[in-house]
Amino acid sequence: MRAPKSQKKHNRQETRPYAELLLRLDLESNPEALCMVRATVQRATEVVRFPEPESRAIVRSVDEALANVIRHAYKNRPGMPIVMICRKLFGDKEKKNVRGLEVIIEDSGIAVDPKKLQGRPLEEIRPGGLGLHFMKQSMDVVEFRRNNGKNLLRMVKYLAPSRPEEKPEGE
Amino acid sequence: MQIVPRNAQGTLIFDISGDIDLAHSPAMRKVLLGEIKEKRTPKVLLNLKNVRYIDSSGIASLVEGLKASRDSGGRLILFGLSPSVREVMELSRLQKIFEIYDSEEQALAS
Repeated sequence: MRAPKSQKKHNRQETRPYAELLLRLDLESNPEALCMVRATVQRATEVVRFPEPESRAIVRSVDEALANVIRHAYKNRPGMPIVMICRKLFGDKEKKNVRGLEVIIEDSGIAVDPKKLQGRPLEEIRPGGLGLHFMKQSMDVVEFRRNNGKNLLRMVKYLAPSRPEEKPEGE
Repeated sequence: MQIVPRNAQGTLIFDISGDIDLAHSPAMRKVLLGEIKEKRTPKVLLNLKNVRYIDSSGIASLVEGLKASRDSGGRLILFGLSPSVREVMELSRLQKIFEIYDSEEQALAS
């Protein structure tokens, strides 16, 4: 029987996986750049060997996160700095058993109000408020914090453990 | 993103292609609301077959168009949803709110 999702998340957060930098992008708050970021992140998910549905979910989450930074933290002001880092997470020192992908997005915009980070009930049919819902639904970890005048968003998606028959030979 | 209007059997269809994201959803919103609110076109069909990606701002523009069409007693109908658009519709639980058809023929006949 599968553990409840919240339980799984709790257990995962207790582990401190090893990480390897895959990608660092210095961006500006330009919506035109989002299509290029999506393509780049999609390739990063391929490197970590996410199946297609999870890959689409990660790309969507990153896109929504960056759109939120542009719209809310920078109030659609162009040319403002955004840093995005993607790291490949490993379960152990020997870099066996790839565990997932960590994405960190940093901006220097207006402080995020934690009260506004709850998303909205989907029963309400109105525009807006869906981006955060997509992120929380798709990713295993979504954490916001403010540090040294910057907003930091950390998202993690873990790979489902591979079945024994899917393990590469020699392991 | 491209949005191209055409007429089929007296009904206005917008063929939309490409990505409907933060960079392009304002343009789609402007076209939709212009047609529904200002021109008061009673039935507008959106062909989403060639939409590769839609984000929450694109979905929000569709919801605004739907509300405007309902307010004016009209209809906004979607058809030909690509798998990625269908996935986002399901995630936002809006697939039951919109009139959605598989094909143009079905949408025109509705």
